[in-house]
Amino acid sequence: MYVAVKGGETTIAHSLDLLADKRRGDRDVAELSLEQIDQQLGLAVDRVMTEGSCYDRSLAALAIKQARGDLIEAIFLLRAYRTTLPRFGASEPLDTTRMVAERRISSTFKDVPGGQVLGPTYDYTHRLLDFSLAASGERPEAPTAPADATHALPRVGDILQRDGLLEPPPSRDDGEARDLTREPLVLPASRPLRLQNLARGDEGFLLALGYSTQRGYGNNHPFVGEIRYGHVPVSFVPEELGFAIEIGEIEVTECDMVNQFVGSHDVPPQFTRGYGLAFGHAERKAMAMALVDRALRADELGEAATSPAQDEEFVLAHSDNVEGSGFVQHLKLPHYVDFQSELVVVRMLRTEAEQRREQAALAQAAE
Amino acid sequence: MSSTPTTARRQRWLSVLAKAPAARLASLWQALGPTPSYTALRRPEIGLVMVQGRISGTGAPFCAGEMTVTRAAVRLDSGEMGFGYVRGRDARQAEIVAAIDALGQRAEWIETLESAIVTPLAHEAEARHRLIAARAAATRVDFFTVAREAGA
Repeated sequence: MYVAVKGGETTIAHSLDLLADKRRGDRDVAELSLEQIDQQLGLAVDRVMTEGSCYDRSLAALAIKQARGDLIEAIFLLRAYRTTLPRFGASEPLDTTRMVAERRISSTFKDVPGGQVLGPTYDYTHRLLDFSLAASGERPEAPTAPADATHALPRVGDILQRDGLLEPPPSRDDGEARDLTREPLVLPASRPLRLQNLARGDEGFLLALGYSTQRGYGNNHPFVGEIRYGHVPVSFVPEELGFAIEIGEIEVTECDMVNQFVGSHDVPPQFTRGYGLAFGHAERKAMAMALVDRALRADELGEAATSPAQDEEFVLAHSDNVEGSGFVQHLKLPHYVDFQSELVVVRMLRTEAEQRREQAALAQAAE
Repeated sequence: MSSTPTTARRQRWLSVLAKAPAARLASLWQALGPTPSYTALRRPEIGLVMVQGRISGTGAPFCAGEMTVTRAAVRLDSGEMGFGYVRGRDARQAEIVAAIDALGQRAEWIETLESAIVTPLAHEAEARHRLIAARAAATRVDFFTVAREAGA
């Protein structure tokens, strides 16, 4: 039973005022600008855009500022904003082979064509706190070396695929992919729908699931075929024009994970793949997504699906941190009537138990 | 629409203009001086485009996530219609792109717009890509083999 209860409007208004005050913090400290968040907390912006499922750096920066750095709250804010906008259509599929790459590595081939390009990575930092960053100061520009920006980096997957050692990805279908934000998820889901769910999914959840596969819960022995991060153009066909134009450039990270082989009577053994794609520079997310994508292919590849990461319903239903956060946090809402009814039940049970004990004691005394 | 030279030019222009930094585009447009007046066919409108990726980069498409896009449509007093679609939420940028698209359909304007706006922006975009590639190239690994010393 729901009973409408009114009251507390002023209190709530004061709570919002206090929140705004805490957000601003000590007035003697300079206020953060959205440009500062975008430029200097760029990886937080990337995560909010990826899981908020909306590429817009300044909106993500605004969401981070409003949420006081609570990224899941910021993701929620961005998701809510996107629902207010009309949809113009879907882009042409990204051609990540044309990426102007800032980073591209492979852990399968040392001498991969195009080379191992480390780019800006924490991989080789010592994870020692750098106290020089505690003070502001002039930072030198990054060094440069001669390069050919017009030359596309060959894909590691294509090289392995040529020899038949690697399964080709499911065939190209240039129609528009189905869209989870437009139709409810029905299980079993197709791989494109699973990938959309994982692309929006919580990084921590996917990281834990991916990690679980490595520890033996659905192991599929992965190698990083390739990780690349850089800039790709987005093509779109406006209905008024009827031809494709590039409407902007975005940064993405992709991970093509190569996993242990399958084979059959018809197909000789070959490596299988999992794929991850994220907005901005989000390698951990892209890798975790690729591991989980591969794990979820258990049925398709004839593997026993016995682990959580291989359970489509479990993974897809719990990957979204906006839904998860909402359902967990709704427990803070008044459940007064619910709880009253439970109190009545537990009191009744206790009375019954007490009566039974008394009767048993009487029966024992009578013997 | 068939791929006529006009279509190819508009395609190239619209792509270059959309990818230019909004402030830079506005200053080049401003520097052009007086331009024919136009009316808004559609006021700049912010919306979303669903960005599609491909499985393993080359396979079937899937929805990767949306991006904000602003579009505008204008008509010159002489009748040409122009359209602007740009990433982000900058109404002025979308409108300028639409105005240039419309103006570019008048033969006497093509050369001016090409040399004063499109070519410089295209060169600047290339320079940005060259800088990204040059910085990345400085982080390319040069493997070398350390020869074992005799007897080791």
